[in-house]
Amino acid sequence: MSLYDVAIVGCGVIGAAIARELSRHTISVVVLEKEADVSFGVSKANSGIIHGGFHHHPSSLKARLEIRGNLMYDRLKEELHFPFKRCGILVAAFTEEELKTVGLLYEQGKANGAAGIEICNRKRMLSLEPKLNPDVVGGLHAPGGGITEPYRFVFSLVESAQKNGVRLLTEYRVSGSERKNGKMIIGSGDGRSVEARFVVNAAGLSADRVSEMLGGETFTLIGRKGEEYLMDRNAKAYTSRVVFPVPSPISKGILVIPTVEGTTMVGPTAEAVEDRNDVSTSADNFEKIFYHARRLVPAVSERDIITAFSGIRPALPDGDFLIGVSEKNPLLVQAAGIQSPGLTAAPAIAEYVRDLLLQSGLELSPDPSYDPNIERLERLRQMSLSEADECVEKNRSFGEIVCRCETVSEAEIVEAIRKGHTTLDGIKFYTRAGMGRCQGGFCTYKIMKILQRETGIPFDRITKRGGGSRLLLNEIGEPDGGGLPESGKNERRQ
Amino acid sequence: MKKTLVCISCPVGCRLTVSTEEDGSLCVTGNLCARGEEYGREEALSPKRVVTATAPIDSSTRRRIPVKTDGFLPREMINGLLTEIYRLTVAPPVEAGDVLIENFKESGINVVATRSIRE
Amino acid sequence: MISRNFDVLVIGGGSAGLAAAESIADNGFSVAVADRENYLGGILNQCIHNGFGLHEYGEDLTGPEYAQRCIEKIGKRKNIEVFLETTINHAEETPDGMVLYGFSRSLGIIRLSTRGLVLAMGCRERNRGNIGIPGTRPAGVFTAGLAQRLVNIDGYVPGKEVVLVGSGDIGLIMARRMTWVGSKVLAVVEIQPYPSGLARNISQCIDDFGIPLYLSHVISRIRGKDRVEGVDVTPRVNGILNHEETFTLKCDTLLLSVGLIPDNELSKKLGVELNPQTGGPVVDADLMTSRPGVFACGNVLHVHDLVDSVSAEARRCGTAVCNYLREEERGEQGDAVAGSNIRYVIPGKFRPGRKMVFTMRPLIVKNKAELKISQGKKPVCTRRLVHVQPSEMISITVDLDGAETKRGPLEFHLH
Repeated sequence: MSLYDVAIVGCGVIGAAIARELSRHTISVVVLEKEADVSFGVSKANSGIIHGGFHHHPSSLKARLEIRGNLMYDRLKEELHFPFKRCGILVAAFTEEELKTVGLLYEQGKANGAAGIEICNRKRMLSLEPKLNPDVVGGLHAPGGGITEPYRFVFSLVESAQKNGVRLLTEYRVSGSERKNGKMIIGSGDGRSVEARFVVNAAGLSADRVSEMLGGETFTLIGRKGEEYLMDRNAKAYTSRVVFPVPSPISKGILVIPTVEGTTMVGPTAEAVEDRNDVSTSADNFEKIFYHARRLVPAVSERDIITAFSGIRPALPDGDFLIGVSEKNPLLVQAAGIQSPGLTAAPAIAEYVRDLLLQSGLELSPDPSYDPNIERLERLRQMSLSEADECVEKNRSFGEIVCRCETVSEAEIVEAIRKGHTTLDGIKFYTRAGMGRCQGGFCTYKIMKILQRETGIPFDRITKRGGGSRLLLNEIGEPDGGGLPESGKNERRQ
Repeated sequence: MKKTLVCISCPVGCRLTVSTEEDGSLCVTGNLCARGEEYGREEALSPKRVVTATAPIDSSTRRRIPVKTDGFLPREMINGLLTEIYRLTVAPPVEAGDVLIENFKESGINVVATRSIRE
Repeated sequence: MISRNFDVLVIGGGSAGLAAAESIADNGFSVAVADRENYLGGILNQCIHNGFGLHEYGEDLTGPEYAQRCIEKIGKRKNIEVFLETTINHAEETPDGMVLYGFSRSLGIIRLSTRGLVLAMGCRERNRGNIGIPGTRPAGVFTAGLAQRLVNIDGYVPGKEVVLVGSGDIGLIMARRMTWVGSKVLAVVEIQPYPSGLARNISQCIDDFGIPLYLSHVISRIRGKDRVEGVDVTPRVNGILNHEETFTLKCDTLLLSVGLIPDNELSKKLGVELNPQTGGPVVDADLMTSRPGVFACGNVLHVHDLVDSVSAEARRCGTAVCNYLREEERGEQGDAVAGSNIRYVIPGKFRPGRKMVFTMRPLIVKNKAELKISQGKKPVCTRRLVHVQPSEMISITVDLDGAETKRGPLEFHLH
């Protein structure tokens, strides 16, 4: 059994950021992820907002980590080449009452150190974002806010961490642990186990169960579901800045989000759910989302919808982050209850966790061979014609377009697979193949063929996202196929 | 006996009525052409269908070769035919029209390839 | 980058592209045909069922057989060059025509300069995202066409217990196909109060197997975590969902056959004007789009029911392209307009003094209908139609000798 200095449970944005932070040092790190790929849990359905530092009171841990994390994104983008745009955030107010709240947000932002934050009158709001509802009476502008592709950020963090020696074990479902000789032995449901001096609980929606399994304190997470709609690239509602409504006590509200890729998203909702695994969408929320989104940006139209999806936030009853050394188990550091602004705060949370581990006795010496940079992946979609020509000359599989809706070449699919993304969803999130208008209608079989060729996975064993999510049953004529039918009687129901 | 059914001989899909006369013969009405009359009779007495399916082929370019019956097969024989088609091992070169199963169970119906696969 | 020069580039090597290429090459012009797959014939290759070619050949052919004939007809002509595994991705206008860039695995990027362009890209399927079925996102939800591809070309069974959404022909054909590969089709769920596919397909794909057909029903929820575990089916009464009558069907596969959308992403890039009624380009009497030299035919122009009408339309298009290249006098055109109970008429323009073929879709279901074509008060022609329904395209030849443009638009009314 391998002995590591630190084991991190969960490879969403928090686990990945912590892994990369720790990889700067000479220690050995392993990340244990229960799904078939990283970023398949909470981080997958994240809206991707890098928050502007004004939503939370300066006294909260959230506020401090949010602003610090926000400031780290430019450097991270340079090193990791993930999509990120500091496009700015607007909070639109429609009544005098709402303007008062804007005032409070402004004060909060200033106290938190949000650079350039300003209160705007109606004219300024409309000049900053002409697509705003002309009924807007004023609002807040936070130029430090931005937008990213959360799963791409996670992938790049993981790549960087792995480049610097971090080990990733996927489909590793923590089932229990043992404390022995001042170390933790963490077992998985399939019989594997690892030994570590310290463990970090970054297990998202499972953090409460994992805490118990790791000998930590008991707490209960509440699932808060958020539904969102993805709209076409050509949607008229594509704004230049992220548009927020004035927040309510429980939620930041339904937003109009111009993604880095050029699509538009509206949402998310926020409602408590009993079943934490219930990521279903519903028809009721559709009305609500579009009503609120149109209130901000009248050009939002259902005709532009490509698809809907939802995610669940892991919320603690008091709403704040739980980041600290476990009182019950000194070898365990908790990083739980990370809901908004978790993505924004992630790089800062990583540093905080590092410091907590230091305080707990982990020796950290900088690794001289640490390389913060990863290679920038060539993407056909982003190339000019002459760049594409050069690229295709060197590698012909850049010339083979697999996903025509998003212009993704075979070379990119192969790269995704070689980086360990061997499910259709993993490839989709890494390359965007299957995210476009036809939603995989034309590229699915091509991607499956490439997967089979590159990995040897039998065609009918390929999954959507690991586990039981196989696409196909078996080959025609195989005994398990179900047997051939008997002709039945006529029946037609009206 | 009176049966209403839709003719499947062509995309028009005439609504046919097939009834038994006093002398036992069948009368078909509603058809626009002779094929419809024939279909009506057959369907009332012994329904038959053209079967289309794919068979495995040992080719470097394709995994399956599409096939069809060259005539109408009694419905009750279809499952048996499909089982046999799926168990075929076809090797290229195959031309469209080549017989892959001859005279299936004495029905007089053959299964032919509907595509040429040469390697 | 390789540069090649042709008189015409045909984008799409399916039934439309091949027929257009054939007719253009027959007139001596040089033609390039580009297709993103590594075979010609397009979607016909996976349509292994019969019902093709009744009008074109007087025979009942399967899709592959029809495709093979289209491919053989273009044969090994010196003036047709085929570029397989090539996706056309960029376009530029030049003083003498157009330049398009194809991305090909074997040749790299190809720069194709041409004077004429035929859009024949076919259509894509409406998917779950388009119709917004709530619920989870498990594996096992397929559009019918993708399932058809995986079954017929790759040879795999998607699942054991199947529910189909939509009673259009593709769905019905797949209901039979799934049954014939050994799966159990539990139901076909159709939102309209009538089935939208051909009656013959209802008969041989549904009735033959006793598959329940739920008319005026929708799928209101998809259930299942990793793989589909069931769907909720809800009846519609007067357009409103009656949630109290919802029932759940346990299944592992959901096939969606909920409509086809002409695939005009490239057309949009070319700046071609689209018709919101058809989803395809606006075309004049010569099937030329709003961009001179750019023509359209087949499913990219509007969704056809029978491949025979695609071939006929593509040939007409090819002829028109040749006239364009010869810079023949085009003469004036009048408008052709959809009147009562007609959803659209293609083309939307007519030329007086010749015979023209018009294709249209009705908005009503009726037996013994009458199609009246007139210009103002003057009747041009009348046709009796045995049976009309929205899912069956009407195609008629109209003699426009004497239909002068100054009399006003040509109107099509159905009663």
